[in-house]
Amino acid sequence: MIDPKTTNALLYLDGISVSFDGFKALNKLSFVIEPGEMRAIIGPNGAGKTTMMDIVTGKTRPDSGEVFFEQGRYDLSELDETEIAELGIGRKFQKPTVFEMHTVEDNLRLALKGDRTARATLTWRETREEQTRINEIFGIIRLGAVRSRVAGSLSHGQKQWLEIGMLLAQDPKLLLVDEPVAGMTDVETHQTAELLKEIATVKTVVVVEHDMTFVRELGVKVTCLHEGSVLAEGTIDQVSQNDRVVEVYLGR
Amino acid sequence: MLEVNAINLHYGAAQALRGITMKAEPGKVTCVLGRNGVGKTSLLDALMGQHAVSSGTIVWEGNDITALKPADRARRGIAYVPQGREIFPLLTVEENLETGFAPLKRDERSIPDDVFSLFPVLNSMLRRRGGDLSGGQQQQLAIGRALVMRPRLLLLDEPTEGIQPSIIKDIGRAISYLRNLGQIAIILVEQYLDFAQELGDQFLVMDRGSVIYASSRADLDEAALKRAMAI
Repeated sequence: MIDPKTTNALLYLDGISVSFDGFKALNKLSFVIEPGEMRAIIGPNGAGKTTMMDIVTGKTRPDSGEVFFEQGRYDLSELDETEIAELGIGRKFQKPTVFEMHTVEDNLRLALKGDRTARATLTWRETREEQTRINEIFGIIRLGAVRSRVAGSLSHGQKQWLEIGMLLAQDPKLLLVDEPVAGMTDVETHQTAELLKEIATVKTVVVVEHDMTFVRELGVKVTCLHEGSVLAEGTIDQVSQNDRVVEVYLGR
Repeated sequence: MLEVNAINLHYGAAQALRGITMKAEPGKVTCVLGRNGVGKTSLLDALMGQHAVSSGTIVWEGNDITALKPADRARRGIAYVPQGREIFPLLTVEENLETGFAPLKRDERSIPDDVFSLFPVLNSMLRRRGGDLSGGQQQQLAIGRALVMRPRLLLLDEPTEGIQPSIIKDIGRAISYLRNLGQIAIILVEQYLDFAQELGDQFLVMDRGSVIYASSRADLDEAALKRAMAI
């Protein structure tokens, strides 16, 4: 075991176990994410993908094991959800949850990191920095042309990109993205891979996804979970040729 | 005969099914395979009417049922055993079985003997609450409840998921018995390939909401099937 205080990892999980009503959702799960890395997490139903994200974001407490953030500086098992979000861990859930009745631009504005106390909010005026930041994000998520439309009128893919943009607006160090391409068209799926690759040049990203075309396109290290622990890790080709992985996907 | 023609299904703006075309015939087991998240349950929901399709048609015994509600489909002999079983935990086994009476005429409201000959454990537990049964027993109860409806189309969503091997065998035997009666079209959604391969007459593999491989049992290319299912 490595001493978590000396790790270089941005995210460090070691021996995490969680049970719900006797069901072991995570079983001594260990892996590390290096700063600047993009990682794809795959695995069949019940493999523990969502529980793993719940642990990292503080939604669920581990029964045992260690979870550290930023080179071992913060013990996430001692912090609550808000504190973890404020440390710079942003999570995007599977279903797009944007403010449908607000414009695309206002959605980003609402997500920007900033003072959210009552007084600051009441007397808020947009600064030049904020406008610059919003424009930067539009550059990444490619929605500048629809910035004044209401978010509810966007396509499914565009809503997902907007929500990724809202995540970026919080300026997180680590982005956790859950099944971003489910329900997307082929073109949107391809564009999402491009978009995440671009984000990964400046942020650390963990993507959970079932869509193997998309995972291949990301071209990053893949971790395959099964029954709450890591079954295989490596390139998508290494993982997909792993006999144990094949067996698991054939339901054996 | 069930004929599904180019159905699409959306959740809001997200598309879960893309142009699915398939058939299911009485006396045959049609297996729908594929990894998680590829649209198998969405397909069953579409067939049962739990979720409306956005286009395409579903024709059952010569009638277009695309616009019918689930209850009306049940009256036409379509029964659904959902993933996770969804039995009523506070009702007894017998009461759970009797919920299958809902689409039946008054004089048909009895529990067929087949239910107890296929799953004797249900007979010995008639007064127990559904919620007190083991997972495998609940699965048998859910299949039994569907059989009470005298279905002519039986939809099974991963009946082996999380079930112990001995009960998986019982369920397999029940499915082949029902197939051999020759009257029921069975659609079996599975991720457990060996189980599906033992029972299946037709095989479909889905990925990203589409059918990417289809074959009859006779023409089955096992390597191609596995490639379609693996990553």
